[in-house]
Parts: sequence; C-alpha cells; structure tokens
Amino acid sequence: MATVTGTKKVVGLTGNSAIAYAMKQVDPDVCAAYPITPSTAIMEEFSGYYADGQVSTELIAVESEHSAMSACIGAAAAGARVMTATSSQGLALMWEMLYVASGLRLPIVMAVVNRALSSPINIHCDHSDSMGARDSGWIQLYSENVQEAYDNLFQAVRIAEDRRVLTPVMVCMDGFITSHAIENLTIMDDAEIKEFIGEHESAYSLLDTENPITVGAMTLPDAYMDIKHQQSKAMAASKDVVVEVAGEFEQRFGRSYGLMEAYMLEDAEVCVVVLSSAAGTTKVAVDELRSQGKKVGLLKPRLYRPFPHEEIMEALRGCKAICVLDRADSMNGFGGPLFTDIRAALYDTPQRPVVINRIFGLGGRDYTVEDAMEVYHELLRIKETGKVETLSAYLGED
Amino acid sequence: MATLKELSNIEERFTGGHRLCAGCGIPPIMRLVLRVAGPHVVATTATGCLEVGTTIYPYTSWRIPWIHSAFENAAATMSGIESAYNVLKRKGRVPQDRDIKFLAIGGDGGTYDIGFQALSGVLERGHNMVYICYDNGAYMNTGIQRSGATPFGSATTTSPAGSVHPGKQQRRKDLTRIVAAHRVPYAAQASPHNWRDLEKKARKAFQIKGACFLNVISPCPLGWYTKPEDSIEDAKLAVETCYWPLYEIEDGLLKVNYKPKEKRPIEEWLKKQGRFKHLFREENRHIIEELQKEVDRDWETLLSLDGKRLF
Ligand SMILES: Cc1ncc(C[n+]2csc(CCOP(=O)(O)OP(=O)(O)O)c2C)c(N)n1
Repeated sequence: MATVTGTKKVVGLTGNSAIAYAMKQVDPDVCAAYPITPSTAIMEEFSGYYADGQVSTELIAVESEHSAMSACIGAAAAGARVMTATSSQGLALMWEMLYVASGLRLPIVMAVVNRALSSPINIHCDHSDSMGARDSGWIQLYSENVQEAYDNLFQAVRIAEDRRVLTPVMVCMDGFITSHAIENLTIMDDAEIKEFIGEHESAYSLLDTENPITVGAMTLPDAYMDIKHQQSKAMAASKDVVVEVAGEFEQRFGRSYGLMEAYMLEDAEVCVVVLSSAAGTTKVAVDELRSQGKKVGLLKPRLYRPFPHEEIMEALRGCKAICVLDRADSMNGFGGPLFTDIRAALYDTPQRPVVINRIFGLGGRDYTVEDAMEVYHELLRIKETGKVETLSAYLGED
Repeated sequence: MATLKELSNIEERFTGGHRLCAGCGIPPIMRLVLRVAGPHVVATTATGCLEVGTTIYPYTSWRIPWIHSAFENAAATMSGIESAYNVLKRKGRVPQDRDIKFLAIGGDGGTYDIGFQALSGVLERGHNMVYICYDNGAYMNTGIQRSGATPFGSATTTSPAGSVHPGKQQRRKDLTRIVAAHRVPYAAQASPHNWRDLEKKARKAFQIKGACFLNVISPCPLGWYTKPEDSIEDAKLAVETCYWPLYEIEDGLLKVNYKPKEKRPIEEWLKKQGRFKHLFREENRHIIEELQKEVDRDWETLLSLDGKRLF
C-alpha cells in the first residue's frame, strides 16, 4: 500500500487556474508564451504571480507562438527549466518548432488546452490541435479533469528531464470543459512539489562558454538517421519512465496514475476507448449499464505518445466489440487518430475484436451520457449479432 | 579602437575549414565581430549559408557556444537564451563575474523577410543582445531567390531578367531605419571592407545595453556573379556609390560615418555584377537611371539627417 505523506488541501479551481498554480509551484526558470483562448488565463494568472514576485521566472511575453517555442528552445538549450502553454492555432503556429524542440531533446513542458482548429474558426474543445502534433516527437499526456491536469504537470517535468528521456512533454486538458470549470482538487505544498521535481540539471548548456557546444548542426544522410533512431528509442523507453514517475507520485501523494485508466474493464465484453473529459461522462453510462447487468467497460489512455500498444492490447484482451471515440478527425476517409492506433494495436490479438470508430464532440459539440449509452447499445448489438453496420461515422449523424 | 595587429592577436573564434564559398563576405565579418565580442559570447544563426556552411555534423567552425534552431527565429531563440542567462545568473548557476554577450545572426532573408516579426519582437522587448544581418541581397543558400533586400532591377532566380519583367521590380526595404524606428539604443550599417568602422560598431553594439542591430553588406560572388577576389572591392564600391551608406543611429542620434569625397556613379558598381547585366541593354537603361535617382535621393535624405535626432 502507498503511504501518503503529502499534506492534503482541497481547493476549488478551474483547470487553467490549477495549471497556473502548478506552474507557480514549479517556478520554472523561463516562460515564453502568447495568449490564445482557452489557455490564455494560464499565462495571465502566471503573469500575476510574476508581477507580485512569487516566482523567480523570466517571463517573455513574445509576439507569437512561433517565437514562444523558439524562445523556449533557446532557454532550454541554455540549461533552463522551461514551460509554456497554448491552444489550437497557437499550437499550429508552433508546429515547425515542436519538431526542433524534440529533435534537440529539450525537456520543455507545455500545457495544451485542447481547442478545435480553424476553419471554420471555433474556440471550443476538440483534439484536432494536439492530435495534429502527435507525431512531433513530444510525449503527450491527456487529463480527464482538473486534478489530473494539475498532477500531470509535475509528472511531466520529471518525465521530460529524466536523462533516459530528455524529450518535451505536452499536458493536454479539454478547453472550457476542464480549463474553465471549477472543480475541487487536492493541492500539494510548494515544498512537497520542490522535493518531487528536484532541481533541473542539464547535461549541456549554451551558457558554459568555457566548454562551447554546437547545437543544431546541419546533419547529412551519414548521421541524421542515427540521431533520429536515438530519439525514437528514447521515446519508446519513456513509457517506463512515465510508469516509474507515476509510481513515485502515488507513493508521495496517494493518487494513482499509469499509462491508462481501465474502468470496469476486467470482465467487460464491450468497451469504449476515449481520452480526457469525455471519459468522465462515459463512466456514468458504464455505471448505469453495469447496474443493468451489462458487461461494459471503459479504457481511458493517459499516455498517448509514445503509444503504449502492448499494454492497450493487454487491457482490451477480453473485449469482443470496441468503439474508439475520437475528438478529432484524421480526414483520411478511414477514421480518427486514436482509432487507427488502437485498431493497429489489436491486430496481433488472437481474438481480433471488432473495433469501430465514432467521431464526436468536434468544436465543442456536447457529448452526453445518452450519446455514450447509444454507443454501448450499438456495441452490445454487434456483440450479439457479429454484424457491423458502419465502421466509422460521426456520432449522432448519418 | 584596436589596431589590426591587436585584432589579429585575439584568438580566432570562427575557424577556417568551413564550406562557405571563396570570396564570401560572411567569414571576414564573423571573424572580426567574434574577436570584438570577447571570449564569453553565445551565438545563434538563422538557417542560411552561414549555418549550413559552418556546421556540417560532426564538424563545427564555432569555438563558442552556438545554436541553430530554424530560419525565421534567430532573434526569438536568442531572447530565450538571454532570458535563461538572466535568471540562472541570479540563481548563481552562472559565475557572477561572467558577462556573457549574445549574438543573433541572420541573412537578409532571415532578417528582412521571414524573421522580421521575431526581430521586431526582440527589439521591442529590448533583450540585451546584438543582432547582425549579413545582407547579400537574396536568399543565396537556396539558389539566389529575391528577398526584401534585393536591389531594384537585380536578377535573381525568382525575379529573372525577362523580356517583360527585367529583374526585381520593387525597391528594397530600408531595414536599418525600420529597426531604428523601434527606438533601439543602437542601429548601424557597416561593410567588411572598412574593418575599422565595423570593429567600432560591433564594439559599441556589444557594449550598449539593450537590443542593438548591425546591418552589414556581404558580397556573394555566386549570387552577384562577381569575382571572388573582388568581394572586398565590391563592398567598398557599394559604399563609394552611396548605395550602402555607413551610418549609425545611437540613442536616436543619426550620424553618417563616411562621406565619399566624390560619389561614384551607381553604374560602376552595377557593371561589375552579372546580376545587373541585363540593365545595360538599351531597353533597360532607364532602370539604371531610376536606381541612380533613388540612390541620390536616399543619400540626400541621409545627409539632411546627419547629426539630427530621429527620436
Ligand atoms: C520556414 C522555412 N522556409 C524556407 C526555408 C528554406 N530556406 C533555407 S535558407 C533560405 C534562404 C536564406 O536566405 P538568407 O536569409 O538571405 O541567407 P543566405 O542564404 O543568403 O545566407 C531558405 C528560403 C526554410 N529553411 N525554412
């Protein structure tokens, strides 16, 4: 059993306030950010901490997200602990620099408050922004609620800075649904956080003028692939570090995290796979159906990049019909990003369950318990009949 | 001011063996500027000839800490490094007695065009750093495409000397003045042929606190279609024709640093360069006249501002 040593203090905060508070507790060396709804409040509140001298951070109020990530890259290469936050178009504008940050193996931590991408312009939640960055070499953690977002941020610092990893991390939470909703959460003391995250000591720094290093050299076919291979291996290996850090977090603070959350999955015959806040809604449907004796379950991946394919395969082993709910469309005529990944992971299972895809919640469209019920009923029908009518579809639309 | 002998006794921080072309204007600029910068300097370079030519992995020409991150963000990248320095020094993680200088370098493409926004942001925020633009008048690394700095009439691969459109049809931006309009403490134009002037300006830029800017003309034999051995001479001629005046704006005060006794006709500079060859055809001669008029007008304006406050 875990021994909880942390001081428990329950407060009501929005997701954005919780992240800003977490950032204050981390007290990073450098923050460079640019405002965009719905993540704006994170930097606004953090700027408040800065203005009142509550953090030692150098705050750079840059003129674009591209420059935000560029400044983060410079600062991280100089050995600083670096954080930023963004959403949607801001993340899209950073796109080029996301790959530079991960390719240079810089442990930057970024809160991504998920919002739909234009066009049409829309400020509400979906995952098209972070899903577009899923292959950028960043580790991605998805948070169901305010507590998870808060807890994930500290773990992200540890994961990113681990010498076996040295890879930037995105902590994703749902725009408005989580970022603007006040929820109760347990917060830790600054001292406990300091102890958990430790000091950042980078192996190299551009400020070490006595030991000059060249960072970001032009690299030709003789070496490029080897460098990418190292990065790929570190990414794959980071999965174990995510588990390790979650273990230590639980030891200290009592809340348990892993690569994913399996809800009523042990004996489930049908299952929904969904990220972030929609998992909470889905759990209500699971409880309802379970009370009717239906063997339904839920899988909520927490770590999406790297993709824990073996663990997911193991978790879904007993299911006969699965629906992957994607809050983003890959626009590939096949299915959403989570769907294609999950389906691929299940290819090697001997029983090969049915895996269907429903796209939901784009641009902030509500996802209700009734929606979840509808999905489970369809899965139960498929389980009975073995017949799939539509492989991929938009939820609630023809 | 240092003598040439004194300068040559300072250690070389930009080594030979790089892959920049013979006659390229960038290496003499870099060698001089890095000597002036002192031993504790961190640099970043935007994507372009300088970056590509000096760092092919696992080699490097830089004996100082150096980073390349992308094309349009040299200024922003350096603002992060400078900010990291400020906080890490406060926290005692950088020796207290070490005064590190910060240098961002971009070509005219990385400065006038795609990196303009990031540069403007840095100038406005006032980071303590020096930005140097080596202006060779086109995107040379990718094969001589036009930029916002390409001279009117010049042929590039994206403004070729056609029968209908004979070279670049637009005038160049006056970036040095645009930078000065950010009310930066120091902005200047220099040329590698006048090493005394360049040395003085680089020294000032590193000494003055805040975001300082140097725009340095940089001959490119490949893109200008000139002889490599003439590069320094070609830079000089750009100044003697007043195409590239040497001036500085310090704390708002404009000073013209060099006034040629006899202003040479722009034609002398143009005729040495293959990129202007088409202008000497009868039907294009009027472009040379227009260019001359523009140079004259700009030079007069500059002289009228000599010794005056811009802000
Ligand atoms: C975002 C982006 N767009 C385009 C390029 C391609 N590119 C690389 S260098 C370069 C031109 C650089 O021109 P300049 O800044 O004038 O420097 P020079 O090549 O003359 O050294 C271009 C267009 C790039 N690397 N990144």
